[in-house]
Amino acid sequence: MQNSVLITSSIGKKLIMGLTGLFLVFFLVVHASINGCIWFNDEGKTFLYYAHFMGTNFLVHIAEVGLFGGLILHMVDGLLLWKQNRDARPVKYAYSNPSANSKWYSRSMGLLGTLILFFLIVHLRNFWGPNRLNQITTGEELNLFQLMQEDFSNLWMVVFYVAACFSLFWHLLHGFKSAFQSLGLNNVKYNKAIEIAGTAFAIIVPLVFALMPISFYFNLVH
Amino acid sequence: MKFNLKVWRQKNAQAQGKLVDYTIENIIPDMSFLEMVDVLNDNLVRKGEDPIAFDHDCREGICGMCSMYISGRAHGPHHAATTCQLYMRSFKDGDTIYVEPFRAGAFPIIKDLVTDRSAFDRIIAKGGFVSVNTGQAQDANNLPVDKADAEKAMDAAACIGCGACVAACPNSAAMLFVSAKISQLALLPQGGPERNNRAINMVNQMDEEGFGNCTNIGACEAECPKEIKLTNIARMNREYLVASLINE
Repeated sequence: MQNSVLITSSIGKKLIMGLTGLFLVFFLVVHASINGCIWFNDEGKTFLYYAHFMGTNFLVHIAEVGLFGGLILHMVDGLLLWKQNRDARPVKYAYSNPSANSKWYSRSMGLLGTLILFFLIVHLRNFWGPNRLNQITTGEELNLFQLMQEDFSNLWMVVFYVAACFSLFWHLLHGFKSAFQSLGLNNVKYNKAIEIAGTAFAIIVPLVFALMPISFYFNLVH
Repeated sequence: MKFNLKVWRQKNAQAQGKLVDYTIENIIPDMSFLEMVDVLNDNLVRKGEDPIAFDHDCREGICGMCSMYISGRAHGPHHAATTCQLYMRSFKDGDTIYVEPFRAGAFPIIKDLVTDRSAFDRIIAKGGFVSVNTGQAQDANNLPVDKADAEKAMDAAACIGCGACVAACPNSAAMLFVSAKISQLALLPQGGPERNNRAINMVNQMDEEGFGNCTNIGACEAECPKEIKLTNIARMNREYLVASLINE
């Protein structure tokens, strides 16, 4: 038997993409749940309680390293796929009609992912970065609820966040279902359920995230 | 019917190719696409020009030889059909039709529209051989096969290895083809003994040939003339994962 090269093989790459993708999907659930606490309208009390836990708990800090690791793996794998798949067709078609057989967002995962990465850099610079920096230098946490109120009073920032949620929507619309296919978790009995769950997740989670800056901008949260 | 054709002409593997314009008239709507090219070639030969080289064999949709990327799609605009099953009535009179070879680094062009698809043969060869008993015929029920599995294996076996999946895939991935072959044998008891070796060897060979990586876009399934399903790729992912984990 030949040796299998599970990690670097074409199938290994999609396994990594699927596993890290589902891991990031799990993170989105946690992130959306905690941040959704702003809608209790208790001046951010519930939200800050959980934010404090997430910002100071030792195990969460370890998980955070894992999260960045997973994210980097997801991106490196994506870059590798983009490069190899581009090189696999050295001479392009002069005329092609891909919309006849596939969805544009399925073909644009690299582009959508890059847009999400741009958002992520700005997003981390807005909240996570300053908060951690403050923790390291002064030992104090920043009031993230106040920080949100300040940042989301800026219309352009709100527009930027909502636009990023669209990228996330399309990325998830393909990615969620795709992860199950990649992991071989595919059975006619469950395919419909995965399809519905994937579409629902891709709509609900970005919508929840998009509503946060919108709610702050229109002073619906206090 | 009259058509304006833009056909990819390329002298050989090394030469630079380009799209060449041809106009063709008096085409009968019920001619197949290949017959239309026959007429065009007849015209070219009469004019003393080099006819267009293209692959074809059975002309009844079962051999997998005819290729061509027609108007931006593998085997043209029809669903579940090869180029020989594509009829000129599917186009409008006066249409401009692009005709290109199946493009992938693993399918080098030999001439014009003819590509070298022997990468598929090498992948098949890596799958090993299922022995066939000669001598007296076995009793039909010696090897019980679940009816549902037999159907799935038969559906996978319908793959004619034409390469439309590779041509249609934005990534030039060959996973639909390879998964059909792996599935066909993995589902049947005859393929059982070498199941794990086969999955690993065929996937390794596929990667070595320089095909792209699958990202579950689904263009292959949509363009496959034999309607091979994406579930085969999921099965291959499983087969390969399990085989890799228990590989000694």
